[in-house]
Amino acid sequence: MKAAIVVFPGINRERDMAIALETCSGQKPRMVWHKETDLSGLDLVVIPGGFSYGDYLRCGAMAAQSPVMGAIRAHAARGGHILGVCNGFQILTEAGLLPGALLRNAGLRFLSMDCHLRVERADTAFTGHYQTGAVFRSPMAHGDGNYFADDGTLDRLEGENRVAFRYVTPAGETTAAANRNGSARNIAGIYSENLRVLGLMPHPEDLVDPLMGGTDGKPLFDGLVAALAA
Amino acid sequence: MKATVTVMLKTGVLDPQGKAIGQALHGLGFAGVGEVRAGKVIELELAETDPAKAKASAEDMARKLLANTVIEGFKVEIA
Repeated sequence: MKAAIVVFPGINRERDMAIALETCSGQKPRMVWHKETDLSGLDLVVIPGGFSYGDYLRCGAMAAQSPVMGAIRAHAARGGHILGVCNGFQILTEAGLLPGALLRNAGLRFLSMDCHLRVERADTAFTGHYQTGAVFRSPMAHGDGNYFADDGTLDRLEGENRVAFRYVTPAGETTAAANRNGSARNIAGIYSENLRVLGLMPHPEDLVDPLMGGTDGKPLFDGLVAALAA
Repeated sequence: MKATVTVMLKTGVLDPQGKAIGQALHGLGFAGVGEVRAGKVIELELAETDPAKAKASAEDMARKLLANTVIEGFKVEIA
């Protein structure tokens, strides 16, 4: 699996992501600076978490206008896979590659804690090593993770089965208490129409080794390697 | 010319900052404060001298970058 991680100024989770990718694929991902404009020949492009451009204007707004975004759009247009985590999810929505927006957390607090995610479908390149309905634990750390879209868009996402993960209790229930940031319909992650672009707020890459306290996030990366390794 | 772009969350989009400001105002004893909404103001120095063109240009900037029209509306004033 040929993977690259896009690095914007202010991004700080690229090394965690590189460790997760290398742990699961055995290959070091290419680190791509935001001024590069060629992402050809890649299976997976990852936009990691952090605070690109200091979250100026809106989280992800500046990164969405950076030089590398043209290459990311071209990669998407070729049918390439893209994973955006946390700030990466915000950047994908700002760039229009995923619908909706991420608002300030409903409780206004920055949330740094574990959450539980339910896998809504297991037939994508990202979730092939989970079961549909499986619940896994994932760290999250964000101030603006409150997923918002108008009702029509939410209905379309659900109708097209494009909700990737929902915030749930450890038993898998979509309660308000499990939805700490106030996201619409407990949505933690969504897919593009072709299911090849995934954006999510939590950080499965931070739970891929027993040393990190668990391996709940590892199946996501193992599944990607199985699906995308030539 | 100077363009002032005011960006506000759309009606119906949760504005927790506005809510928190409202609660703080109540805490300070300002009775009678209803809903509070928080937004941002962006001032632009423009080389354009025609007010209509300056406004159209600032609106284009707002649509493409200054506002996220999924969640925000905007207003442009030219001076």
